[in-house]
Amino acid sequence: MSGEICVVAEVVRGELTEQTFVSLAAGRKLAGALGCRLAAVMLGADVAPLAAALGAADRVLAVEHPLLADFNPEAALLAAESAVRAAGARACIFCHTASGMDLACGVAHRLGAPVVACCRDFTAADGQARYVAVTCGGKIIVEGTLPGPVCVVTVMPGVLRAEQGRSDRTPPVERISPPAGMESVRTKFRGWIDPPAGDVDISRQNILVSVGRGIQKKENIALAERLAAALGGVVTGSRPIIDQGWLPPTRLVGKSGKQVRPRLYLAVGISGAPEHMEGVPAAELMIGINTDARAPIFDAAHYGATCDAVQLMPALAAALGK
Amino acid sequence: MNIVVPIKFVPDPVEDLQIDPSSGLLDRSFLRLIPSELDEHALEQALILKERHGGTVTVVACDTGDVDETLFTALARGADRAVKITGDDFQQGIGSRRMAAIIHAAISGEPCDLVLTGTQALDDMDGFVGALLAERMGVPYIGYVTKVEIAGNKAAVRKEYPGGLNAEIETALPAVLGIQAAEKPPRYVVTAKVMEAMKSRRIDEKPGEDPGEPFTFPDLRMALPEPARRAEMLDGSPAQVAQKIVALLRERGLVG
Repeated sequence: MSGEICVVAEVVRGELTEQTFVSLAAGRKLAGALGCRLAAVMLGADVAPLAAALGAADRVLAVEHPLLADFNPEAALLAAESAVRAAGARACIFCHTASGMDLACGVAHRLGAPVVACCRDFTAADGQARYVAVTCGGKIIVEGTLPGPVCVVTVMPGVLRAEQGRSDRTPPVERISPPAGMESVRTKFRGWIDPPAGDVDISRQNILVSVGRGIQKKENIALAERLAAALGGVVTGSRPIIDQGWLPPTRLVGKSGKQVRPRLYLAVGISGAPEHMEGVPAAELMIGINTDARAPIFDAAHYGATCDAVQLMPALAAALGK
Repeated sequence: MNIVVPIKFVPDPVEDLQIDPSSGLLDRSFLRLIPSELDEHALEQALILKERHGGTVTVVACDTGDVDETLFTALARGADRAVKITGDDFQQGIGSRRMAAIIHAAISGEPCDLVLTGTQALDDMDGFVGALLAERMGVPYIGYVTKVEIAGNKAAVRKEYPGGLNAEIETALPAVLGIQAAEKPPRYVVTAKVMEAMKSRRIDEKPGEDPGEPFTFPDLRMALPEPARRAEMLDGSPAQVAQKIVALLRERGLVG
């Protein structure tokens, strides 16, 4: 059927990711806005065990091949392209994640279609679909008419509830022959590497003092350490802090790091970019400190203050009387 | 091993961003542009590979932001060649799609076994430069890379997944890799060395070839998010805010 919305499912280590269901929820909204059907695209060596969970879609288009058992970017790109072509997709949704981002641009280029990255919602107006996306770390909202006749979008993690992309219905599964060219793929999946053990497990901590770019320099980690000690918690950080080597990777909160669910999340000098907020799905109390009153952290935090992180940390440690 | 590192300039995330009400786009009149942080990691990874395996590192950037300083800094850090792509409208912003086309035209014919670039950049809206460039070159692309090992005509890379999980993927060269983080933080180079590079080294210039790729979508409009849609704001000096936070923590039994 022509004009479908295709959502490319993401499988990591044999499991459908939570984000797949968020993307299906987004796909459902987009299909509703355009009055068309929704297909899930599933790639794997044997899709049967997982495809049944994709009932939020009207059908599942599956490509099966041994090279698709684990994520092989080049093989997955060939397979995704052939499935999306077979569907005659109006729009193709990829998760804005490690594997989805590897595929979205390749499929778009091969279809001659534009990419709308970092979408967080879709709406309908005058019979046309519109996208709402974010850029500049969530500091800017971008809106417009979904480009056509075909386009590719990436959907940010966690922007809709995954439950909205789940269904008890069992979808019909249609298998597509693997495309020509799978035999000459130049990349090879070699294996999974488990996360290293050691250090404190930040996902089990009740109190986290989490620092971002706003602490300005490495020496100020000591201020965060003193504050965390006064609170009886530990120091974590956002991506730039870990990439600069100011804190070890075990302390990373966010997309590439750990998800945390502390009682207190004190975000100091963190802007609250979507990649970071993905790592804090829940906190009993979240307080954000950032000099920019428009920083997205204040959308997530319960309380906020626009004072300087470097001044606030010692002031708070002093106020705690320690 | 000849490595090419394209560098994208993005709005400085610490600056206040403003929207031009007439165009509905980012107001670029006072915008400070800086090299994308992940591209700096890509350069570091390229320099590490050069130290290990020999070869050359070529840095390519469009003429925008403080491009000369950025390219001389790259030379001072250890890059062998710097290429500035000239054109008169780059200050208005370069979409990822257009940048991939311009970079592709600029490096066609250059020896290139590997392109390293940031997995994404802060201002990406229409795709990611590395993945789009790989398509134009007709070579494999792997993103979210945090480690690269070269053996003969192959690269074994570590690709990062959430929660500290990694995958090891091998690819034949040439290839494009989207770097998420270099094995080490980008090296620091003292100003004196950059000044020295400015005196003793040169930047090659190439005119940008207009690929005819559109920069934005037809009716794209930007807006700043509403401030503090959820958080209740605590006012006052740092000491006053600290007192208010302590009161909140005590109320909830989070501190004794």
